[in-house]
Amino acid sequence: VPEKTVIEAVREAMQAEMRRDDTMIILGEDVGNRGGVFLATDGLIDEFGENRVIDTPLAESSICGVALGAAVNGLRPLAEIQFADFVWPAINQIVGEASKVRYGTNGVKTAPMTIRVPYGGGVRGGLYHSQSIEVLFAHTPGLSVVAPATPYDAKGLLATAIRTDDPVIVLEHKRTYRLVKGEVPDAVYTIPIGKAEIKRPGTDMTIITYGLMLHYSLQAAEMAAANGIDAEVLDLRTLRPLDADAIAESASRTGKALIVQEDTPAVSIGSEVSAIIGERCFFDLDGPIMRIGPPELPPMPFSPIQEAAFMPSPEKILTAITKLAEI
Amino acid sequence: MVFNIELPHVGESVTEAVIGKWLKAPGDQIEKYDPLVEVVTDKVNMDIPSPASGTLTKIIAIEGETVAMGAIIAEMETVDGEVSDTSHSPAASEPAQVPDSSLASRIGTLVQGANVGPTGGAFVDTSLTAAKPADSTSQNASARPAASGDRQKGFSPVVTRLAAQNGIDLNSLVGTGLGGRVTKKDVLTAVESGATGPDSAPQTPLNDDQVIEPSPIRKLIANHMVKSMTEIPHAWSAIEVDVSGMVEWRTAKKDGFESEHGVRLTYLPITLSVVADALKANPRLNSSWSDGKIILKNAINVGVAVAADGGLVVPVVHGAADSSLVDLAGKLGGVVERARSGSMTLDDVKDGTFTLNNTGALGSVWGGAIINHPQAAILTTEAIVKRPVLISVDGADSVGIRSMMNICLSFDHRIVDGAEASAFLQSVKSGLEAITLTSDLK
Repeated sequence: VPEKTVIEAVREAMQAEMRRDDTMIILGEDVGNRGGVFLATDGLIDEFGENRVIDTPLAESSICGVALGAAVNGLRPLAEIQFADFVWPAINQIVGEASKVRYGTNGVKTAPMTIRVPYGGGVRGGLYHSQSIEVLFAHTPGLSVVAPATPYDAKGLLATAIRTDDPVIVLEHKRTYRLVKGEVPDAVYTIPIGKAEIKRPGTDMTIITYGLMLHYSLQAAEMAAANGIDAEVLDLRTLRPLDADAIAESASRTGKALIVQEDTPAVSIGSEVSAIIGERCFFDLDGPIMRIGPPELPPMPFSPIQEAAFMPSPEKILTAITKLAEI
Repeated sequence: MVFNIELPHVGESVTEAVIGKWLKAPGDQIEKYDPLVEVVTDKVNMDIPSPASGTLTKIIAIEGETVAMGAIIAEMETVDGEVSDTSHSPAASEPAQVPDSSLASRIGTLVQGANVGPTGGAFVDTSLTAAKPADSTSQNASARPAASGDRQKGFSPVVTRLAAQNGIDLNSLVGTGLGGRVTKKDVLTAVESGATGPDSAPQTPLNDDQVIEPSPIRKLIANHMVKSMTEIPHAWSAIEVDVSGMVEWRTAKKDGFESEHGVRLTYLPITLSVVADALKANPRLNSSWSDGKIILKNAINVGVAVAADGGLVVPVVHGAADSSLVDLAGKLGGVVERARSGSMTLDDVKDGTFTLNNTGALGSVWGGAIINHPQAAILTTEAIVKRPVLISVDGADSVGIRSMMNICLSFDHRIVDGAEASAFLQSVKSGLEAITLTSDLK
């Protein structure tokens, strides 16, 4: 099985789905001739032409509004938001409209659209190229939100997102694009939305995480293993709907839970995971549910020193693992 | 394509197994269904067949290791497309699922010096230089304060629950958690060891002592015995049986029986038949204590203890109450032979409801057996010895030479009291003593 980066896996999924379904189009800023700011759509305009790979004005509300209109009227659009930080102008089109199409028309219409959103920090991007924006979408009924962290999951979940007949937000952590390299089959495959995966089995506690923090958590778990602490790492993969069964099963089995996220903790994915564990695992818990995240500040500082201080790191996670193990 | 070989589930009550001998080595070409590895469970030994064809590349579970059912025990390289990935079910209309890679290779690795910025705004990452365990981890377990007066008040939900379920006095435990807190692990350790006192400390062998690593089956027997003795409150009772009639009957019939049925006639099928009838009449001896309830078993399946090469095994004679003597002798001959040759199947050992142990064959005259968990009782038939015995006939006492046998019962006192145990023993006794030279045993 060949090894690929996340960005290559994303491109492969889009290319395969474009070939498979003539109604699929891609639209976004610089997705055509430029191939996307991260080169996710590199070469696609050459194969599929400018009627299917469409360069748009710098207007996210328009990108998502056009995508929604196309979706409701029979196409299968994939909208690329250049950086998650720029998605805010499109909130009405996504949260206010796209999420409500199936419910609001009593199922007469659906909106089979995918929005790819590169998010997250650790790229020296400062305030406007580092944000984690998942919570607003994950809070919204009618949307699905996936956040693959590995090349394998990125390809499989993007394929599923494109084929889904309702809006799916695909969060790609931009730091993982060229940082993470792993096996990705050339063949097309899908991974179901709503299924977490145990990326490292363990017995002493469950680390629940997603995105870039998966890799930091795995590193931390390996360091902890050298100290005799066997931590399980559960990759959520989908943020809405959360895989409550997998979360509860793992937390019940290990008796301790550590939630690791790059987003600020208050009213976040970690809050919801924590609630699930509290509701479903009370009689199996052997310690307090712990959370790691950045300080409650607008993300993310530009200064390298401050950025490093802001973000969770393998070392910070290890400290929390050790503390939780000793309780 | 790398394919993970998992330890298959072999029965609902079997949760783990001990890896025995690997029959294939890394590099070996294997065909689907080729025997791959021997495993030992608390029920049976078996060969695990290969789930696919290919090349064995890596053995993960080594000989002697205890492994949970479903765990990955080895890796093999298969021809692409031969095995299908079952770890993800397809969500959309066209599944086109591809074979899975190993988890580690799917997660991937982090690329040193990767450009993590957008194109044109290159930011080469150099932060990944191998992270080392931080100093914060230096407070290891041994440095933790032991149980003391400053123990935190209160126990966690899981600790309270486990202690209640297993009848553990939390105040008697030494906590290894923060401030001497009793952790889930502490409770589980206490449950497993069955004792927390100083008696359970391992013995240090002296210089000229020999240390033997027990075989997998020895370890299983050990665990099974500890489980039975710690969970089941044993009580014992024994009774003397005059088996002179049975001895005479067998002596007279054994040659004819063997030539007619092709099976050797021992005392075991005769006692087994009588015991099965006695179990029918005393159903509480044929039961199980389970989760605070008594489960009376409908089937009467009697396990027979057999000393095999590797250690004790207990093949089961199913439907013992409804079988003729010929049937019982035949069934017994079959399972005992398979037990001795190590070729038992899972069916041979499952669903036992009571155990019979003919310890008399080894010359024993008295015993206190350990119950075969989770059954309610175990009966031993001891050696038949000729003894002078006082006989009363119509008020006239005389002394005769009789063939006498003790039968000893260990029973679960949660289920059965002494009165019921004695009633059962009397049933067996009268059944055996009713046999005379002229009996027509079916």
